Amino acid sequence: MKLIAVSAGLSTPSSTRLLADRLVESARGELAALGHTVPAEVIELRELAHDIANHLVTGFPPSRLAAAIDAVTEADGLIVVTPVFTASYSGLLKSFFDLIDPDALTGKPVLVAATGGTARHSLVLEHALRPLFAYLRATVVPTAVYAASEDWGSGGDEYTDGLPARIRRAGGELAALMAARPARAEPDDDVTALERQLADLRFD
Amino acid sequence: MQFGIFTVGDVTPDPTTGRTPSEHERIKAMIAIALKAEEVGLDVFATGEHHNPPFVPSSPTTMLGHIAARTEKLILSTSTTLITTNDPVKIAEDYAMLQHLADGRVDLMLGRGNTGPVYPWFGQDIRQGINLAKENYALLRRLWREDIVDWEGTFRTPLQAFTSTPRPLDGVPPFVWHGSIRSPEIAEQAAFYGDGFFHNNIFWPADHTRRMVQLYRRRYAHHGHGRPEDAIVGLGGQVFMRKNSQDAVREFRPYFDNAPVYGHGPSLEEFTEQTPLTVGSPQQVIERTLTFRESVGDYQRQLFLMDHAGLPLKTVLEQLDILGEEVVPVLRKEFADGRPADVPNAPTHTARGTAAATTRGATAA
Repeated sequence: MKLIAVSAGLSTPSSTRLLADRLVESARGELAALGHTVPAEVIELRELAHDIANHLVTGFPPSRLAAAIDAVTEADGLIVVTPVFTASYSGLLKSFFDLIDPDALTGKPVLVAATGGTARHSLVLEHALRPLFAYLRATVVPTAVYAASEDWGSGGDEYTDGLPARIRRAGGELAALMAARPARAEPDDDVTALERQLADLRFD
Repeated sequence: MQFGIFTVGDVTPDPTTGRTPSEHERIKAMIAIALKAEEVGLDVFATGEHHNPPFVPSSPTTMLGHIAARTEKLILSTSTTLITTNDPVKIAEDYAMLQHLADGRVDLMLGRGNTGPVYPWFGQDIRQGINLAKENYALLRRLWREDIVDWEGTFRTPLQAFTSTPRPLDGVPPFVWHGSIRSPEIAEQAAFYGDGFFHNNIFWPADHTRRMVQLYRRRYAHHGHGRPEDAIVGLGGQVFMRKNSQDAVREFRPYFDNAPVYGHGPSLEEFTEQTPLTVGSPQQVIERTLTFRESVGDYQRQLFLMDHAGLPLKTVLEQLDILGEEVVPVLRKEFADGRPADVPNAPTHTARGTAAATTRGATAA
């Protein structure tokens, strides 16, 4: 099994990356408790910004971006963290997922998370990120984690748990889905996959 | 192996002068480029077909007929002929007519085109793109092979006892390439009929080209036309050359940076690394082109895109001189070296006529 996190934070260091790291740690801990030692990798979209723009205009990915796309599509679980920009996920995050085959994430367990300056934007997770991954037919875990600036230094309130508890709950949900998923069959090479599509084509 | 050029027929401003040629100038330039191709010893000239600005070649057989009258050896082809939106009856007649005028120096490359709005301009529905390509081509083949056709399909009125005229020259239909960039269905269609497959690789990494051609070769054998290496493969490529590679890069960079098809994305260096674009000395172009064989095996046709990115006619003609005099003769020799004797030659009307006569003779005997 492999866990991949995608962070769309733009500054270095960024609180978006920080949240991604915390979520990875949580999910890996829960998976370890279930008896799975799972390697994880965080993909920083900032480092791929040029490649993403180039792919958009040329139609093919430079090799480093191709490797990132492969990592995301082959992952057994995905953590996606974005800063909130103008009432939604960042454009860079959307551009990256625009380059992924719409069928490639079908059924994949995904944990969505976001960071922002104020908690007033937290429903972005439900109104923007969750529909994006619903469209891609991924399985989005029930708990989406929003971290406003003030969350990093405070506990919960009367309405919800504090950030550490939400991170733990979301990580647990992702781990449970990943552990329950049947092992993947070895992926076919592209040509075999193409041939299967062609089997339905009949001429004359 | 055949070497030639293919053109999109775009009207693109020259970024170094800001000047945009008129449609008339561009059309005449395409003719000058075709005549130059013959003069410098190239084998093939292929024109695109487009029905919207900034492109001019909407009427390929008119243009190719004109070129046929002014050349002796050049094979006239297309890149591509729209099998989806052209009536197959008209394609059958236009290209058979061209065959007669050009004494057989004609083949064509079929494609689906990449401009969505062209479908309604010709009364078709883009959602039926693949189905149109299948039905139209199946009919086109019959029109060229059967003197009297009764036919009924989905996308056009039925034909009853219809004879497409003129009949193909010597009873040999024009050779057909199926051109594709990313659709495996087209590779399958080419393989199914045992036709040629042209992978227009100019904007794609070598790895993608290798996979597409591999698929075509495998399906070609699957459909019983021969061994994978018997399949007929063509590739594109685009180059800009000067004696010194630094001069080539310096001169081409402003064209690359501003061209609608190249500019404002990857740098010239990145694009060169990831696609067949080669900007440098003739020797670099030779070395790069020879690597194509490593990707796809011994192949039959190599077409270069030379009039790209708004280069002025004078420059394009200089490029063709270099291509014909310094590059292609070396490529002919190098590609012939180590080429197994049983790999088929590029198709020509004469060779196909002889093969057909042999088959008929064998059947009669």
